[in-house]
Amino acid sequence: MFIRSKLCLVSLVIGMLCAPSQLIAAGGADVNLEKGKWSFAGPFGYFDKAALQRGFQVYREVCAGCHGIDYLAFRNLADLGYNAAEIKAIAAEYEVMDGPDDDGEMFMRPARPADQIPNPYRNDNEARANNNGALPPDLSLIAKARANGPDYLYSLMIGYEDAPETTEVPDGMYYNNAYPGHLIAMPQPIYGDDVEYSDGAPTTTAGIASDVTNFLMWAAEPKMEIRKRIGVAAVFFLSIFVIMSYFAKRRVWADLH
Amino acid sequence: MSAEKFSNPVVRWIDHRLPVFSMLDHTANDYPTPKNLNYMWNFGSLAGLSLVIMIVTGIVLAMNYTAHVDHAFESVERIMRDVNHGWLIRYIHMNAASFFFIVVYIHIFRGLYYGSYKAPRELLWILGVVIFLLMMATAFMGYVLPWGQMSFWGATVITNLFSAIPFVGESIVTFLWGGFSVDNPTLNRFFSLHYLMPFLIAGVVVLHIVALHRFGSNNPIGIDAKGPQDTISFHPYYTIKDMFGVAVFLLLLAGAVFFFPNAMGHPDNYIPANPMQTPAHIVPEWYFLPFYAILRAVPDKLGGVLLMFSAILVLFILPWLDRSPIRSARFRPVFRIFFWLLFVDCIALGYLGAKPAEGIYVVLSRVTTAWYFMHFLIILPLLSVFETTKPLPKSISEPVLSARSHNAGVGQMAPAE
Repeated sequence: MFIRSKLCLVSLVIGMLCAPSQLIAAGGADVNLEKGKWSFAGPFGYFDKAALQRGFQVYREVCAGCHGIDYLAFRNLADLGYNAAEIKAIAAEYEVMDGPDDDGEMFMRPARPADQIPNPYRNDNEARANNNGALPPDLSLIAKARANGPDYLYSLMIGYEDAPETTEVPDGMYYNNAYPGHLIAMPQPIYGDDVEYSDGAPTTTAGIASDVTNFLMWAAEPKMEIRKRIGVAAVFFLSIFVIMSYFAKRRVWADLH
Repeated sequence: MSAEKFSNPVVRWIDHRLPVFSMLDHTANDYPTPKNLNYMWNFGSLAGLSLVIMIVTGIVLAMNYTAHVDHAFESVERIMRDVNHGWLIRYIHMNAASFFFIVVYIHIFRGLYYGSYKAPRELLWILGVVIFLLMMATAFMGYVLPWGQMSFWGATVITNLFSAIPFVGESIVTFLWGGFSVDNPTLNRFFSLHYLMPFLIAGVVVLHIVALHRFGSNNPIGIDAKGPQDTISFHPYYTIKDMFGVAVFLLLLAGAVFFFPNAMGHPDNYIPANPMQTPAHIVPEWYFLPFYAILRAVPDKLGGVLLMFSAILVLFILPWLDRSPIRSARFRPVFRIFFWLLFVDCIALGYLGAKPAEGIYVVLSRVTTAWYFMHFLIILPLLSVFETTKPLPKSISEPVLSARSHNAGVGQMAPAE
């Protein structure tokens, strides 16, 4: 009976843990995602700083034409391995609106590390007007806002294909293997050699897609490294707690048997 | 009694005027507990711990959260990125909510299996169902607060259910929303109520424990303790056993918080709420899925809503539906089969609630919904009359000893393990 109730407990927990993964699977049933090998996967996952810097470069030179990344501030780039002076220099390349000044006027000034990374558009309407009516989503959280985020983003970047003959692709739409429904308003962003890396990393479509995926995962979950590091310590500590409390329990109960 | 019990003079002085130490002593030391409780009896204390974790993390989150449609999503991201260890507090709050429901569901099924709802513990059971209802309301409103897509559309779907009420439905929905759609007034009142209701839960938990201590715990055999030979003091035996349960619980919670923090959530809730764009599939949190399946199994909106609420209300009258004098399923061979069928049925309902309402899923939802109600309304009353039960042991101690002497079924009857 004890064994059985244990089994029932285990099956209940497993059943309930499976339920949400079922949900997620329901999100994009008709697409096959490329499974990437990500340094940030697994309990000891970490961010590859060189890839993050390259990915940030891709964001700046390719994605930022249309997509904002509103929840990132320049100061956050310290996580990518930039020092304070470099961050200051990067920020100074951007202009942000400040004010009002003493005369009540708004004015433009070079960005500082404490500023958010400016959005390419002033508002959603301007973004739509410039993109055929489609709104390019903000990329701060995109890696968590899609099922299997990193694999999905990577597959999407490399997933542009000629449409099969049975599919009619309307004007302003493109065929993508990874996109649910396959018709996407975003034109192919990466063709290979879109950027020039200073570290000599490959600038193939796959290489660039992988770098920008790394960057977007970091942007969505910047605390992942510390989370997993604390997690390993917590699980280690609690495992000892489990073992000790088990034997303490046996000891206390021993006089009953 | 009391005052002489304590050797410390300060404790004695206080206890004479304010008998808190006597109360504690009565709760832990004087409290005789059946000696044969198995690990299924750990989940009550784990539920209490979950409530404490939720309240503590929730209060800290509320210090940094902004209940406004323009700032709610952003303030949550600020907690995740800029508040010191905010990500940890929020992930604990998110995941402990799911763990709270896992623990409570096991606790409920434990009660169903061992007949813990039967006389004289009917009110104890009913208070438990009240806690469950309050938990559901609290969790639902909490899920709305981050103001993501699922927050918004979940709130829209669930509040709209009340529009099915004849004549006054629309007015009730407007009243709930504080306007003519889910909007800022809705978010504000949900935040206010989400903060209030855990304390209501804590109040009912106190009543739940008072009712528990009136007759003490039920036990796996389901017969009353006949004397001191059948019971042991709660402390240290069950305090240490509960501590072991707490350790395992915390280990599993840490695993989820640190390594799979978003596995039990929905990715769409990392998209800010957009009233102009409906998600492809609106699904509630996983712990509501069985009820969601019942709701959608009925083609009529009002019927679906009534049936969904009935699925919980039927638990209130359970002590009077199951009239069998035998509590534990161990001595009810037929009931035991039906218990496991109900268990599978509930898991199936949860699975179906996550599936789109089309094709075979609708048919299966209807079958499993029908079975759920048949179990409580038809099978249990019939079993009370027609089931041939196994003979009960004379006392809690008896099977403990006999199992030992046969050197078999140690797991069967031995106290706890």
